[in-house]
Amino acid sequence: MKTVMSNKFAICLYVLPALLLILVLIYIPIVLTGYYGLMDWDGIGAMKFIGLDNYVQLIKDKMFWTSTYHSVLLAVFSAISLIFYLIISVILASRIKGANLLRKIYLIPMLLSSVAIAQLWLKIFDPTNGMLNKLLELFGVENTPIWLADPNLVLVAIFVPIIWQYAGFYIIIYYAALKNVPEEVIEAAKIDGATPWQIAYRIKLPLISGVIKVTIVLAIVGSLKYFDLIYVMTGGGPNGSSEVIASYMYKEAFKTYNFGYGSAIGFALLILCLVMTWIIQKLTASREDIQY
Amino acid sequence: MFRHKSFSILMSIVMLVVLALSGCSSSGNESASGEEGTVIKFMHLWPEGSSKAQYTIVNNIIKQYEKEHPDVKIQTEILGNEQYKDKIKVLSASNELPDVGVTWAAGYLKPFVEGNMLAPLDDKIESDFKDQFVAGTTEAYAVDGKTYGLPLELNITPVYYNKEIFEKYNLEIPETYDQFLDVVKTLVDKGVTPITLGNKDRWTGSMWYMYLADRIGGPEALANAINRSGSFEDPTLLKAAEEVKKLVDMGAFVKGFNGLSNDEAKGYFMNEQAAMYLMATWELPNYTTSPDVTDEFKEKVGYFKFPTYEGGKGDINSFVGGPGVGLFVSENSKVKEESKDFVSYLVKEWGKHSVTDAGVIPATVVDTSNTELDQMYIDILNDLSNASNLTLYADVQMSSSVAQVHLDMIQSLFGGQAAPKEFVKKQEEALAEEE
Repeated sequence: MKTVMSNKFAICLYVLPALLLILVLIYIPIVLTGYYGLMDWDGIGAMKFIGLDNYVQLIKDKMFWTSTYHSVLLAVFSAISLIFYLIISVILASRIKGANLLRKIYLIPMLLSSVAIAQLWLKIFDPTNGMLNKLLELFGVENTPIWLADPNLVLVAIFVPIIWQYAGFYIIIYYAALKNVPEEVIEAAKIDGATPWQIAYRIKLPLISGVIKVTIVLAIVGSLKYFDLIYVMTGGGPNGSSEVIASYMYKEAFKTYNFGYGSAIGFALLILCLVMTWIIQKLTASREDIQY
Repeated sequence: MFRHKSFSILMSIVMLVVLALSGCSSSGNESASGEEGTVIKFMHLWPEGSSKAQYTIVNNIIKQYEKEHPDVKIQTEILGNEQYKDKIKVLSASNELPDVGVTWAAGYLKPFVEGNMLAPLDDKIESDFKDQFVAGTTEAYAVDGKTYGLPLELNITPVYYNKEIFEKYNLEIPETYDQFLDVVKTLVDKGVTPITLGNKDRWTGSMWYMYLADRIGGPEALANAINRSGSFEDPTLLKAAEEVKKLVDMGAFVKGFNGLSNDEAKGYFMNEQAAMYLMATWELPNYTTSPDVTDEFKEKVGYFKFPTYEGGKGDINSFVGGPGVGLFVSENSKVKEESKDFVSYLVKEWGKHSVTDAGVIPATVVDTSNTELDQMYIDILNDLSNASNLTLYADVQMSSSVAQVHLDMIQSLFGGQAAPKEFVKKQEEALAEEE
């Protein structure tokens, strides 16, 4: 092993396949997207270089800012919901009865494909025959909301399944991290007379802070580029009131055949994600990983 | 030193792989005319699994053609609808379109024509199809006076209705718009959903608007607005938008229509929760031949033509509709003449079989006298031959970016977020900008 690791040629050789894949499938397309963003191109005919026109248009485009606002809103909600996941995980990890079963139940949404989840929730939200409105009618609500067709409600309605979809994922991550906290540390704290609250807040949380940081990045970046449920359930509608950056990009590139502009939106999304990741890392980097 | 060397090795491997990859993609289309005669590459979008009837018709025609032309081989590539669209796009970008392929009309076709990728087929229409196509169908594939596609399908949009619901409330088939409003009003009063509409897809609402525009302003009003000899702020087009708003305010459409897809909305009609449904004739199999629908329901479904508007210019035999998919021949094909020949053969044969075998109305004239067809098909085909005008779906007529504005505005108009005035103004602006 040592001899292999000292041979730089061998290192290159072993790294090469993965590097090539990443290069061809990720980095080159990213560069190309930036390049297409400088073009006036319908995806079929000839490209015309127009400099930064697409980006200037982007800054003036109201719809782009609306969809950015929706994406950011989703990111904020996802980040906030992490707190609840954490609380649930702490409870699950503290050996309550039935924790095993509950853990599995929370995980089920993650096992479903996004399209299946979308179909499921479309049925729930159906204004006349849907489960939700039938339930509301049982409680005597007249004029039940039309959920996905109401521009003022659609965002809330669609955030629920998105957040529901990923709950299991984060709970499992937190659960695993909490289970990794050494038993001795907690025993010692108990002997010193720490309350369960103190154990959770003062000992467990700091110990899994690294994992929390990762999940914050995952939740925020994941929300910013979120696409699938929104595409299937509302298509960004009605009237763009549930449009997010990724769905707007798709619309511009593949529906309007405005590939150049779509690429510019995609590139803006990439930059936004990078900036957000950088900000989160700056905000959380101050503390070093604690170990006992 | 060493680092330098390994880097250059790495780079040369990268180059090698890139070259090899690009080599793969272009090696595929060289066998245009090999030793075994002519090979025509044909891409279509009816996989055996999901569109068995169409697949079988096309397959039989190909076999027959190969039998009659022993020196020609047809090589097919079959993809589902969406994948087909994607692949055609990629192929056209690298100038590798198949010799023969499937295309949609008007707005979809235009960029391909402008990129000089499709061959004009007017000579074939002249020589092989004199008066064979239903009027107004090939025109949808014309750009600047030349026709680049031969249409296979044709659809018109009648209003389907549930006879049982109509009978229950003593309703007659409306012939004028006022009668239609009475029907809607009665149904609303009785607590029945009059019309189901899946306006999440937006082109569905567009059909309602188009009919109203046609009945009020005549077929020219909308056509002129789009071809820029008129304006979208024409009073009749504004009036049509106001009528839409009136319908919405009356509660004519199913609850939450802006959040329902067409398929979901269709469910309301199929479950007899809504009395009327405006949709193209591609729905006909569901009311006639489809084995998945009960006969009991099929008997309850009838259709009527969109009613006339008092004082309006449009007549009742004018239809919103248009050709669905058609066939193109690639301009860069090495076997262009043979491909044209094959396309014209396929379209002709398709016209003989598509209604009876697949329930698809072809764009060529159908002889109804000696085929065994469901009565509803015969009625529709007769209506079609009496049609005074065929208006192509607005979003297909427009360029794709204007079409998006139109569709967005349709959703806003129906949803009440845009007033009729704003509705016409926004579209006029979008159309004017493209001029």
